Amino acid sequence: MSELLEQTESNGQTATADQADGSGNEPIKKVSVIISKGSLEGIYPGLIMANGARMEGIEASVFFTFFGLDAINKSKHENVKVSTVGNPGLHLATMVGGLPGVSAMVTKKLNAEMEKLDIPPIPEFIEMISDSGAPLYGCKASVDLFGLSSDDFIPQVNDIITVGEFYDYAAGGQIIFT
Amino acid sequence: MSTATYAGTAVEVDDEGFMTDPDQWNEQIADQIAAENGIDQLTDRHWMVVNYMRQSYLEEGSAPSIRTLGKASGVPIKELYQLFPKGPAKKAAKIAGIPKPRGCI
Repeated sequence: MSELLEQTESNGQTATADQADGSGNEPIKKVSVIISKGSLEGIYPGLIMANGARMEGIEASVFFTFFGLDAINKSKHENVKVSTVGNPGLHLATMVGGLPGVSAMVTKKLNAEMEKLDIPPIPEFIEMISDSGAPLYGCKASVDLFGLSSDDFIPQVNDIITVGEFYDYAAGGQIIFT
Repeated sequence: MSTATYAGTAVEVDDEGFMTDPDQWNEQIADQIAAENGIDQLTDRHWMVVNYMRQSYLEEGSAPSIRTLGKASGVPIKELYQLFPKGPAKKAAKIAGIPKPRGCI
């Protein structure tokens, strides 16, 4: 599990683009992060990339699609779990990962480790990112597919948008798919 | 490592202009670093953040995360980004005369 944390940490650092490094590369000015997965390990990397971008003074937005919508769903965002089945990074026997309570236990442990590193829980993290000035968007196709409406989402969500609108808003920046 | 001159004092800085020896810092230096980083006037709200940052570094040996800064400095995250538009934790650290924060959060 600490390996997972190290990975997401180093991912955060790759967002550093405060100034030209002498190679003539243009610093990154804008990123649009897509979060498409609903597991804990599927949601955090995108949040860390978006928050990290804002901390570097880079413009950022986050687009939640498919099960990634759970991260902004009022009734689900406090109960996001680590996926313990089919997750080779955990080095758990597949059948053990499927036993009742294992996902909850692994999630609890990982959450505790993250708290030690001052990484906030998902609801607080998303509020922080919104407060940093990064707009949050839900994917219209996914919202329709799951029969949801804007009332199902946390108030920080700016809008439910189409893919076309996403590309409009992402114009001139980098797109990060997670 | 190189030196920069702020408010008539030569101080040691890293490649990005972060001071490497917090003891060389004073408030006049802070004013000048702020001005060079697009903050013309340090208000009381700026100083709350800068002082918290500095105190926290001197006590803990590392700069606080943006989360801790938002909770404990007395200035909420939304306002932090308004006070220090191009990245609050880094800019406040630079003005506070402490090394560049290394955290990802």
